[in-house]
Amino acid sequence: MSSLPYDEMRTDAGEVRAHYAPFADWIARTPPARIAQKRDEAERAFHRVGITFAVYGEDLGEERLIPFDIVPRIVPADEWSKLERGLKQRVQALNAFLDDIYHAQAICAAGVVPRECVSDNAQYRPEMQGMKVPGGIYAHVAGVDVVRAGVGEYFVLEDNLRVPSGVSYMLENRKMMMRLFPELFATQSIRPVQHYPDLLLENLRGMSPLEEEDPTVAVLTPGAHNSAYFEHAFLAQQMGVELVEGQDLFVQNDTVYMRTTRGPQRVHVIYRRVDDDFLDPLAFRPDSMLGVPGLFAAYRAGRVTLANAIGTGVADDKSIYPYVPDMIRFYLSEEPVLNNVHTYLLRRPDECEYVLANLEHLVVKEVHGAGGYGMLIGPASTAAERDDFRARIRAKPDGYIAQPTLSLSTCPTFAASGLAPRHIDLRPYVLSGKTVTLVPGGLTRVALNEGSLVVNSSQGGGTKDTWVLA
Amino acid sequence: MLSRTAHELFWMARHIERAENTARILDVTYRMSLLPYDAVESGLAWAEPWAVPLISSGLATSFYKRYQTLSAENVLRYMILDANNDSSIQCCLWAARESARSVRGAITSEMYEDLNSSWLEMRGYDFEKIQAYGVSEFMDWVKMRSHLIRGVTFGTMLRDEAYHFIRLGTHLERADNTARILDVKYHILLPSAADVGGAVDYYQWGALLRSVSGFESYRKIYRDVITPRRVAELLILRDDMPRSLHSCMNLIQETLEKLCNGHSQEIQRATGELHARLHYGRTDDIIRYGLHEYLMDFLDRISALGDAIERDFFATGQAASPQ
Repeated sequence: MSSLPYDEMRTDAGEVRAHYAPFADWIARTPPARIAQKRDEAERAFHRVGITFAVYGEDLGEERLIPFDIVPRIVPADEWSKLERGLKQRVQALNAFLDDIYHAQAICAAGVVPRECVSDNAQYRPEMQGMKVPGGIYAHVAGVDVVRAGVGEYFVLEDNLRVPSGVSYMLENRKMMMRLFPELFATQSIRPVQHYPDLLLENLRGMSPLEEEDPTVAVLTPGAHNSAYFEHAFLAQQMGVELVEGQDLFVQNDTVYMRTTRGPQRVHVIYRRVDDDFLDPLAFRPDSMLGVPGLFAAYRAGRVTLANAIGTGVADDKSIYPYVPDMIRFYLSEEPVLNNVHTYLLRRPDECEYVLANLEHLVVKEVHGAGGYGMLIGPASTAAERDDFRARIRAKPDGYIAQPTLSLSTCPTFAASGLAPRHIDLRPYVLSGKTVTLVPGGLTRVALNEGSLVVNSSQGGGTKDTWVLA
Repeated sequence: MLSRTAHELFWMARHIERAENTARILDVTYRMSLLPYDAVESGLAWAEPWAVPLISSGLATSFYKRYQTLSAENVLRYMILDANNDSSIQCCLWAARESARSVRGAITSEMYEDLNSSWLEMRGYDFEKIQAYGVSEFMDWVKMRSHLIRGVTFGTMLRDEAYHFIRLGTHLERADNTARILDVKYHILLPSAADVGGAVDYYQWGALLRSVSGFESYRKIYRDVITPRRVAELLILRDDMPRSLHSCMNLIQETLEKLCNGHSQEIQRATGELHARLHYGRTDDIIRYGLHEYLMDFLDRISALGDAIERDFFATGQAASPQ
């Protein structure tokens, strides 16, 4: 692997890549004082708009901004068209996989995916077995994490099919950039993303359980203290639908109603941002205060649509991830457009031995971990941390996977010392319903600490606007 | 709309209005406290002006639980910044902003941003900062933020149920606050009947009128000395005076007509009755009945109306009886 990561803006020789030329030109011409002033303005505006997230475990009322960096991540048209094809293909296969897993399990019968990867998977929901969901769609909204490594190849790092978040930052970042630097948009063709909420609404309405003329859609949130609350409220507002909490809904005769000032009103489609476990205390965790008793029964009776469906986690689990390219071949008879990162399955003894012998070069992840936690980054680890992981892996090899340390691409980013390269990833949002669509763009996350590869907002990550050129 | 959303909007509006009224009464108290009353009329005992805001908002008892002495600083701290006082300006703005945040989809972005930035600015104030900025200037700021939010609401919001619940909250709270402010005079040591029209009375009634932005209107309408009878008429019965009880009840009745549902007949009736008392009431009858007694009765009715709204609008949908 080359020692220098792929720089989005410049070639190894230091020349500005063609698609960054207008931006490089602009930043060279713009006085630093104006840029500094605009950066302050952005921070104040984000506070006022309230695009903040609550930090668990800190003082009540403490709200933080996810740092926003004004240097955009720019994707040229040809790269995007390949990404778009690859992402649609991947999500189609994943939805086909879910439909198969919860019905005939043909893919296991064919020996493509080991049966125990499904049956022993904590994310597999036996309650969903044999149930028909509208259109056979399980993951209505998928956030697929894509990274760029090596000489610039795109890889899929993770499929998020449960309740992927972050799309509000994609939209607010764009709004902010257009407000701060309209001149940049006037001189270049940057494809718009602001119609995302319309697409989402159209998609959700198309998934109504009945051929209702005017189905009622609602967004279900755990409440104002959830760290992603801003996004839930934002999407409900942008779509013009009610933002409900569990306490606002009730179920009677397998039908879901909202409590309104004029009495009960039926709900047909719920875009839920509450995890499976908490959706219905009668069906899942009995101690859940966030859910709606009877919701699962109504769902099984086909009286309400949940987006995403229950039990999608079985397809985005890290133990299933290595099989996604084979799923694409199995269900679609196509070759994958986007590659996976090479992954060692520690449940295979030979791969496990290799990993244990090479921990300092690899990234080890817990199969069920998320948010950058439960992870060992070999090259940055201490001997003690490696020993600790070695013991944990030996105790439960099938709880882990390992991947080579990817040298994620970098993008110039404002740091204390001025513009400096920082590692980035990309999360586009794929919508599946009657059609599979995505807006040209996504959320670019950036690891703000020098050399860091962890882009998660809970661990020092920031965001950037993502420009797909026309 | 969702009952919970309606409930939050109603209280968001009440808290903003309450913050404004608290600022009004504190400002007037502060101005009064600067007057050299002894010099104005020696020998006439005034009630300590700093007791006024506590009495009118019914907070004297809880104040003395936390503070030993009645002083300008203690009252200002308690009424502006104290986190233990749910009606302090800071708590009201916090509660309004939390309500807005929990239903931000139901209001316009501009409303949320103005309310949120008001809160963020409020959070930056401590007592020393307020003193440095100026107490009256600070109260003006609170009033201006309230005006701004109301203006943005008026200018940007769809005239839907959400809007009506906000208006309902605003006017219910205002009716309550105006009645309390008017009743203040009862609690201040009343000068004897002979002193009516004297300097002390002039300043007290003048201050009271100013606190509800009614001083200039009074002059315009009566072109004469300030008398309790006319102040009562202005703030209770005149429906062209935007903070009067009659004017508030007009808006409450009008709003409730738009919001009526299958459960709200009793609210409609009680509102109509209370409105009729103001619409057909006579100043002489009020004075004969006793201004203080009249206002106490009004406050009881307003409070009962608030309870009925909670019951008939915000607790609906619980009864699971869909068609």
